[in-house]
Amino acid sequence: MLDVQHLKKQYATQKAVDDISLSVKKGSIFGLLGPNGAGKSSLLRMITGITLPDAGTIRLHGEPFDLIKHSPLIGYMPEERGLYKKMKVGEQALYLGQLKGLSKIDTLRNIKYWFDKLDMQSWKNKKVEDLSKGMSQKLQFVITILHDPALLILDEPFSGLDPVNSAVIKDEIYALAQKGTTIIFSTHRMEQVEEICREIALVNKGKLILHGSVAAIKEDFKQNMFQLEVDQAIQGYEKNIIAQEGHHYTLRFENNEEATNLLSYCLAQQLKIKTYSEILPSLNDIFIRLVEGDNGGVRQFDSN
Amino acid sequence: MNKIWLIIQREYISRVKKKSFLVTTLLIPILMFGLIATMAYMAAKSEQKEAIAVIDESGVFINKMDTSSSSYTITYIADDTHENYTTLLEKNKCDILLHIYPFRNGLPDSVNIYKDGGVSLSAKEFISDDMNTIYQIKQMQDEGIDKDKIDSINNSSIRLKSFDLKNNQETSSEIATMIGYVTGFLIYLVILIYGMGVMRGVMEEKTNRIAEVIISSVRPFQLMMGKIVGIALVGLTQFLLWLILTGSLQFLLPLFIPELRQAMHPSSAADMDAMSKVPTSELAGIFNSLSNQHWSLILSCFLFYFLGGYFLYAAMFAAVGSLVNEDQQEAQQMTIPITMPIILGFFIMTSAIKDPNSTLAIFGSMFPLTSPIVMMARIPYGVPAWQIAISMLLLVAGFVLMTWLSAKIYRTGILMYGKKASWKEVIKWMRYR
Repeated sequence: MLDVQHLKKQYATQKAVDDISLSVKKGSIFGLLGPNGAGKSSLLRMITGITLPDAGTIRLHGEPFDLIKHSPLIGYMPEERGLYKKMKVGEQALYLGQLKGLSKIDTLRNIKYWFDKLDMQSWKNKKVEDLSKGMSQKLQFVITILHDPALLILDEPFSGLDPVNSAVIKDEIYALAQKGTTIIFSTHRMEQVEEICREIALVNKGKLILHGSVAAIKEDFKQNMFQLEVDQAIQGYEKNIIAQEGHHYTLRFENNEEATNLLSYCLAQQLKIKTYSEILPSLNDIFIRLVEGDNGGVRQFDSN
Repeated sequence: MNKIWLIIQREYISRVKKKSFLVTTLLIPILMFGLIATMAYMAAKSEQKEAIAVIDESGVFINKMDTSSSSYTITYIADDTHENYTTLLEKNKCDILLHIYPFRNGLPDSVNIYKDGGVSLSAKEFISDDMNTIYQIKQMQDEGIDKDKIDSINNSSIRLKSFDLKNNQETSSEIATMIGYVTGFLIYLVILIYGMGVMRGVMEEKTNRIAEVIISSVRPFQLMMGKIVGIALVGLTQFLLWLILTGSLQFLLPLFIPELRQAMHPSSAADMDAMSKVPTSELAGIFNSLSNQHWSLILSCFLFYFLGGYFLYAAMFAAVGSLVNEDQQEAQQMTIPITMPIILGFFIMTSAIKDPNSTLAIFGSMFPLTSPIVMMARIPYGVPAWQIAISMLLLVAGFVLMTWLSAKIYRTGILMYGKKASWKEVIKWMRYR
């Protein structure tokens, strides 16, 4: 669906995006992670055609990106939400929908569909400035998906949303992906990514550090940590125990084989095993580990 | 093209629908009408006549003073009782007392004017002019010149006519000045008011972050031009409405102030007398000159420079709007490089009206940043066609260049949040592909 090769973008003093290549499959939910200022928004702006890359190519459906041709295929919700404050909700949705190339009738039909679905009918004649922050977030989301984009790009979609509305939007994201919409969303909140995304890319300081499916990445970064809960103390594994709380152990092994051996040991000793499971690292852990190993993760300004 | 049309529509409709648009569109003609009406009313009211009591001991002026004045009446009284002046004025119900003493050596010994609270300058002028005329006539008569001859001498005056050799037409520099000034000033206002409107619109889109949403659908240039064109249409609409409203209010004026009816329709019998004093040929001259102006040229040039000037500056204002963050003060600072040439243009215009063919005026009417304002001041005096052609070409070229540069600044600026861009950076943006 989307294929990005060697994308570069330099602002006055810093490389915002430095040689990033990635591809996103149709119908997948793709998470773009990175700390604040990592270059996520700059990357997304290039993918949406808002800014031009200094170097590299963006291909959509195998064709080189072209704003006029591909803009109707893309729905983009920027991190900084933007709506005309003095404009009425209904008029605003109509205007922005039409700007995406939808006919007036189609726009009105889609507005009705989404406003009904998300219980927003009563907002139509309100001005945007009268909406609460959460409400305008929801409106922004609806406006973004109004033209039924094939590629939906959401920059921090859940910031500022309460749990109820977060859940509503999350459901819609799932439903859209189910229908074949490709979704890219950026965030610095790992638990959301873990929950929603199948594939991720991790960027820091403009560089791509990690790219792949969530399961594979977790597998790559696992540290052979296990937790065990038994009814008696275990012997002979002192060097593996990292933490212990009564008969509840956290252990680390050199490899998987050792972990299997522990299980045999427990069975041989006729210990009663309550739980025995591998502790997979959370994306948050991986993220922090990778980012912190790299100068604390904060982008430093060049001295010149 | 379809999308730019959508943007134009939104810019136009959202502005025209605003209450402030309705208010200014209605209020300005009403205010102007009110101002004119008050001024006319005051003028009409001030026609209350002052009564002048004349004690003429010389016997030269008695029954000869001008009684046709609309501001003064004349009463001749005798000063037999030698009462004091205040009592005399009260007795005769007069406001001003003029005491002319007997002649000595062919001149009045002294002439004094008295009034409670001092004599106004216009009253003094009226009396002195009138007395001088009478005295000159008397002297001429004393020299033995026929009264009829004197009258005919008095009524003769030289009237200057100026002609434009090329068009073989009579011209009037007063009318040319007026047309030049009004049209130049209008363009000056339009550039400032609507240019600022464009800037505010861009700033709004930037600070609301809506620009980013829209630029993912249309090119930045389309958004910028859509806004500029939309606001131009708002301006044209407002002008048209002002024209219609002031025009129709003008007709209502005499209904409110009956005194004005005479002034506005000089043909009415009561004023015939006063009118007859103005040589009719002079009035006819003014009307003649008005109709002799090349209206089609003036109008088409006005429209051209109006739109050209607006578009040239609107693009620059848009660029500045895209550079500014929320700070209003910053906006004011950044507009200085743009407002300077506008104000400069205005100053050149005022001098061009006095001397339309000076080097400064010619330069000002060629230079694209000032030509929309300055050229309008020169056109009523007649400008060689080649100069107009060059000026227009330069304006179009300037517009294309400025829009091109502004679009480049705008494209980058509209997405730059937070920090203020330095001019050095801005120049760098212009070089971006």
